[in-house]
Amino acid sequence: MTTVDKPIGFGRMQRKEDARFVRGRGNYVDDVVLPGMLYGAVLRSPFAHARIVSIDTAAAQAHPKVKAVITGQTLEGLKLAWMPTLSADTQAVLATDKVRFQGQEVAFVVATDKYAARDALELIDVEYEPLPAVVDARRALDPGTPVIRDDKEGQADNHIFDWGAGDEAATDAVFASAEVVVAQDVLYPRVHPAPLETCGAIADFDAVTGKLTIWCNTQAPHAHRTVYALVAGLPEHKIRVISPDVGGGFGNKVPIYPGYVCAIVGSIVTGKPVKWMEDRSENLMSTGFARDYHMRGEVAASRDGDIRALRVKVIADHGAFNGTAQPTKFPAGFFHVFTGSYDVEAAHCAVTGVYTNKAPGGVAYACSFRITEAAYLIERMIDVLAYELDMDPAELRMKNLLKPEQFPYPSPTGWEYDSGDYPRALSLALEMAGYDELRAQQALERARWAAGDRGGPLTGIGLSFFTEAVGAGPRKHMDILGLGMADGAELRVHPTGKAVLRISVQSQGQGHETTYAQIVAEELGISPDDIEVVHGDTDQTPFGLGTYGSRSTPVSGAATAVVARKVRERARQVASAMLEVDPGDLEWEKGRWFVRGDQAQGRTIQEIAFAAHSSLELPEGIEGHLDATTVYNPPNLTFPFGAYICVVDVDPGTGQVKVRRFVAVDDCGVRINPMIVEGQVHGGLADGVGMALMQLIAFDEDGNCLGASFMDYLLPTSMECPSWELGETVTPSPHHPIGAKGVGESATVGSPAAVVNAVLDALKPYGVRHADMPLTPAHVWRAIQGRPIRTDLAIT
Amino acid sequence: MQITVTVNGDEHTAEVEPRLLLVHFLRDTLGLTGTHWGCDTSNCGVCVVWLDGAPVKSCTVLAVMADGRTVRTVEGLAAGADLDPVQEGFVRCHGLQCGFCTPGMMMTARWLLDRNPDPSEDEIREAISGQSCRCTGYENIVRAVQWAAAHPAGEVAAQ
Repeated sequence: MTTVDKPIGFGRMQRKEDARFVRGRGNYVDDVVLPGMLYGAVLRSPFAHARIVSIDTAAAQAHPKVKAVITGQTLEGLKLAWMPTLSADTQAVLATDKVRFQGQEVAFVVATDKYAARDALELIDVEYEPLPAVVDARRALDPGTPVIRDDKEGQADNHIFDWGAGDEAATDAVFASAEVVVAQDVLYPRVHPAPLETCGAIADFDAVTGKLTIWCNTQAPHAHRTVYALVAGLPEHKIRVISPDVGGGFGNKVPIYPGYVCAIVGSIVTGKPVKWMEDRSENLMSTGFARDYHMRGEVAASRDGDIRALRVKVIADHGAFNGTAQPTKFPAGFFHVFTGSYDVEAAHCAVTGVYTNKAPGGVAYACSFRITEAAYLIERMIDVLAYELDMDPAELRMKNLLKPEQFPYPSPTGWEYDSGDYPRALSLALEMAGYDELRAQQALERARWAAGDRGGPLTGIGLSFFTEAVGAGPRKHMDILGLGMADGAELRVHPTGKAVLRISVQSQGQGHETTYAQIVAEELGISPDDIEVVHGDTDQTPFGLGTYGSRSTPVSGAATAVVARKVRERARQVASAMLEVDPGDLEWEKGRWFVRGDQAQGRTIQEIAFAAHSSLELPEGIEGHLDATTVYNPPNLTFPFGAYICVVDVDPGTGQVKVRRFVAVDDCGVRINPMIVEGQVHGGLADGVGMALMQLIAFDEDGNCLGASFMDYLLPTSMECPSWELGETVTPSPHHPIGAKGVGESATVGSPAAVVNAVLDALKPYGVRHADMPLTPAHVWRAIQGRPIRTDLAIT
Repeated sequence: MQITVTVNGDEHTAEVEPRLLLVHFLRDTLGLTGTHWGCDTSNCGVCVVWLDGAPVKSCTVLAVMADGRTVRTVEGLAAGADLDPVQEGFVRCHGLQCGFCTPGMMMTARWLLDRNPDPSEDEIREAISGQSCRCTGYENIVRAVQWAAAHPAGEVAAQ
């Protein structure tokens, strides 16, 4: 399928940004070279937990190409040794007292070239006194466990927070009277977003003007600017953050990392621009991981499969510093959307966050604030219940799905789902997959297996029905470090009818330069080719919190539609002056105001734009020119959903899993550019296959990271991914100006459970009810043998 | 050491450290930043270029090993203003999102089509299996290569 049409508005359209990318003319942060630029490198801790006895930098400083060596002691003098995290905890920029995870930042070297900077790291002599490492989150609160955060006054254990949602007493009451209760421990192991471009920055401090320019591949340039201002005491108008082309983000590029702060200090100290780019091991070992949720789920149901209540307890591993990026009121993110797509009487969750000697993070890895964990848990629990009731998992889901007439649906944990037609999406997915036929074939295969014919792979069919909650969010409920989650947009139509749109969010590959131009085109009838989208530069764009949690279209997409409508209203006033009629007598058709009842009497948006800048006399109170600004504060989140079906072949002899088919029906409301939407879904599905089968950041008992390179942290390739089969339903969001819901993370949220459920469905003849991700051949084989292991720890 | 490398038809002579990687020579010495760097272990393939007509991961080749040889990078894929059909296919089929893996993917695709003008889906998947993409789930990369195979002279000649 190719795209050749050029819609003035919504529809399939080639991306405007591709012209530069296919020619190798993208401009990523490591492509930027500034005059006199120096290069930084970070010395990292080899230990997960150790006291720093001494740091000797003399030999490094004597290196002829070294311009500066910065340690925690240097930073203490500047009051920058510690910085706030996005969860209002503190994180060491460079370690002073102890190192608390393997790969933690200890020193920073600035040199005239990047090879020399690396050489100099080896000349720094650090003496450590190793301490016992805390690696098992489930034991982190045991009495006698070493206290990781002894830097925090009054911190006598490794506890971070307790948080819950739902009605505990009502939930317990339903459980007490339930006919059937099933319980299951479910681990969502630690994974890493691993964008192919690692994190990096160039800091350029001009001592004369006092201006600090930071080129950084951040997903949240405005939030970074404000945090730098708050932390470093630099005036905010003297800080400019430029996020150029970004080679994938997936949540990994939301936080502020110590390397960025070191580059800033390096530039201030040397008076030169300083570039710091991490290498792949640094990226995997030290920057924002995701998940690491140790969950216990319980379902109360009737014998005929009516799900009545859900109860969940979670130990959340946040690593050595609470660097999770969640809205302030929600330390466990939006995990309390864990009732998913089902109508239940009561639900309760309790989450306890703990410190361990692992990298900080807990970012949304292509998931909207812990919803991946929640969706995985509920969809795994549904299959566990189906297993116990010996019910078909599709039938069990269909029986319990919310009905269309229940929307807007107030969930038992406090959400209001905006719109949905769940049975329609599931029915479509079942039909596309040929579900009944697949089950019939599987029944024959199982009969042969039971009769002793055990050659060949086992077919597994797995379902998942997810509900996302995206577009954070209403500012009265949601902020990060006190910054409300609203986003601005500015639109200016030039005299010749060409336009420039400035938006607060930034793209890491989502195609904003195309999609947002299409929104303006839809609203004003100007060709997308005539609309320039400016983003990723805090000096050029209005304030907003950035691109993550699938929030760009729900928030900034709405801002774009609203600002275009403001311009359209201004255009009506100008047109009324041009046509000498009352504005109320004008009607809009795409691209043109005309006189009601006389279609020939009208003015195009281009004609209006010129007149707005001309000597035309305008009515009292109407300013000239054709532009507008807005700030969009979403009234609610949007709730995309979807039904996924995965078919796998499992070799019981080796444990090898092959994904044979994957059917994905997504409903993300109105689709602005269906081509881009489908691309987003494809990527998320591959992510789900990766997490379900391959991707894992595990640790040994000393806290050594066992996923620190792409040889150990396995990403799915073209060979593990099938050809995706996509379907769609469209249920517009009733509160979003164009009815769109956001889609960037839907597939990552929904797909892992479908893959895992498929593998476990294949293993049903062996009596395997559950096994944890990733379902590598070794883990599957052990599950078949009845000897499952903890996948997250390599502890014998 | 002094080396002379022909890159996209232009001869470049430079003084380099023996340990300098080819990817850094291309990016930092010659300013050809279309070739990217993504891992330390030759796994991700965003650094793929041609060395004497065959794809290599340029993070695993020393610049001095390219002395006297020819290199082709993404900047040498288009013929002037005319995109290679592979480039056109990637645009038409939405074979890229963030664009970071794209140059390496396209260099491999061009090499495949030069040897196998009509590859099967499995052959395309195998050809790019040493390269990672985090955005596309590979679906549209495969379709882009199929499009290029079906339009060997690009869109104009196909009409």
